[in-house]
Amino acid sequence: MRRFIIRRALASVVTMLLVITAIFALTRSFGDPRTIYLSDEFNTDLSMSKKQWDDLGVEFGLDKPMAYQYALFIGRLLKGDLGTSVHQRRPVIQLIMERLPATAQLALGAFILTIATGIPLGILSAVQRGTILDLGGRLFAVLGHALPSFWVAVILVIVFGVYLGWVPTYGHKGINSFILPCITLGWSSASGVLRLTRSSMLEVLDSEYVKLARAKGVSGHGVVWKHALRNALITPLTVAGLTLGGLITGSVIIETVFAWPGIGLLSIQSVYKSDYATVQGVFLFVTAVYIAAAFLVDIAYAWVDPRIRYG
Amino acid sequence: MTSDSILATDQDHGRLRAVLRFFRRWPIFSTLILLLVLLTGTTAQWIAPHDERTGDILDRHQRPAVVGGNPSFLLGTDHLGRDILTRVIYGSRVSLVVAGIVIVLAATSGTLAGLVSGYFGGWIDEAMMRLVDGIIAMPLIVVVLVLAVVLGPSFGLLIGVLTVGSWPTFARVVRGETLVLKELDYVALAKVAGVSTPRILIRHLLPGVLNSVVVVATASVSGVILSEAGLSFLGVGVPPPTPSWGGMVADGRAYLVSAWWVAVFPGSAIGLTTLAFVFMGDWLRDRFDPRLRQID
Repeated sequence: MRRFIIRRALASVVTMLLVITAIFALTRSFGDPRTIYLSDEFNTDLSMSKKQWDDLGVEFGLDKPMAYQYALFIGRLLKGDLGTSVHQRRPVIQLIMERLPATAQLALGAFILTIATGIPLGILSAVQRGTILDLGGRLFAVLGHALPSFWVAVILVIVFGVYLGWVPTYGHKGINSFILPCITLGWSSASGVLRLTRSSMLEVLDSEYVKLARAKGVSGHGVVWKHALRNALITPLTVAGLTLGGLITGSVIIETVFAWPGIGLLSIQSVYKSDYATVQGVFLFVTAVYIAAAFLVDIAYAWVDPRIRYG
Repeated sequence: MTSDSILATDQDHGRLRAVLRFFRRWPIFSTLILLLVLLTGTTAQWIAPHDERTGDILDRHQRPAVVGGNPSFLLGTDHLGRDILTRVIYGSRVSLVVAGIVIVLAATSGTLAGLVSGYFGGWIDEAMMRLVDGIIAMPLIVVVLVLAVVLGPSFGLLIGVLTVGSWPTFARVVRGETLVLKELDYVALAKVAGVSTPRILIRHLLPGVLNSVVVVATASVSGVILSEAGLSFLGVGVPPPTPSWGGMVADGRAYLVSAWWVAVFPGSAIGLTTLAFVFMGDWLRDRFDPRLRQID
């Protein structure tokens, strides 16, 4: 197990290093990287003084060789320095930390919803296979998988926000403002967990040991809850961790729809302002979280299923 | 006996099952929707009632005729007075073109990578699979945001990123199948007979994996359309004024209270199209891969 963890951790570090290198190469592939930090793709008016221009040059070590610049870049990142937002004139890491709680709350709410709906509905769908309940469960899954989240958000806002007036339609104030964003964000990941739970449950219900339990006269409910469930839930529960990564990327769209002040909205606002340093900072941050989540899921998976460790 | 109905009895649901079985056997819904999208996408310039890029600002936010509004605009108009129906029709073309190009590119490169990776094995395989893992581990939307700042949003960027994001699935599936196929006797025989390696890959292995490629391709379309719509919604996908469904929903977002139709109709077009592709993908998978029929 220890060897597996070390190997997997090493792979994660290498992946992250590759991402950082790719980002570095991207900024240097256009000659002077300062032009990206001050680019004008979205026609925003970004004026920069001669001093700022020179300061940025010193910060990047532009008068030094490329290898030195690369080392400088990585060294800064290791210290948690993601650069400075030219537009807001503040360290990017500060901007991210300020917005992080809102995103974390949103992701947590959606995650709870994912587990609370995906797993019970998946079990129900499998146990009641072929009935109207199963059909409903699978419809829930297909719709969550196929409908664009921003459109679901729009419909929910129109019906429950505008027409019925039950819940706030935007912003981050009070528990009520969580309802719509969490539902929209949670639905798609819930549908993934539902499918997984259902197929895993069906597989287990069809296995030899469950048949044996039935043959021995264990009641229908006993078989489902005692014998099947424990084994069937291993996969969905571990993979549920992976949805956390998806929830964070999904939050870029959801936060835009609901004007939710998290890092997703921060990144998209920074795109419109051509604030490259902030966009890059959010990208590196989110990717790191993503890779860390995948790492933890793999460890959890290998811990419950030894076949993975030696595979 | 399968795990069916421990708690439910079979005879209750005979009719429901018959209906379900019918729809599973013949994907009517998907076929109709996809034909409609294909038809409107290819004939947009002849069937669209208005101009898709310009409108009369005086016709701003006309109520749709379908809910008893202005009779000359079946689905209403947006904030610039452009006809929603026209733009939805043209939008289907954009979605189809993007999805078509991306799937063809991703299927070709992914299949090739999977064949090479599975056939040669060794370090090529190792490197390829690490690359695949790396790409899958990437938050695609945020990657696009970075590139949109550096390069500016463009059609090429959209196609490129979606292709890079889609080929790993093809590569993985094809690699898995190739690993099995290459051990078979007819491949060994071809090798002994002195058939060149490219010819073995193309003539002997490729036909064996094509079924899976078709299944993966169909299943991937909905994802590509969703991603394109999501990115266009964020303003980093298809650049305006080209009408894209995602971009149109974004246009309507500010007017949900006063003009709900601007966002609702294009959004419904996305939802119906992706649903149709998902059902079609499931159906194809069931057809091509009978093993999966029992599980689902």
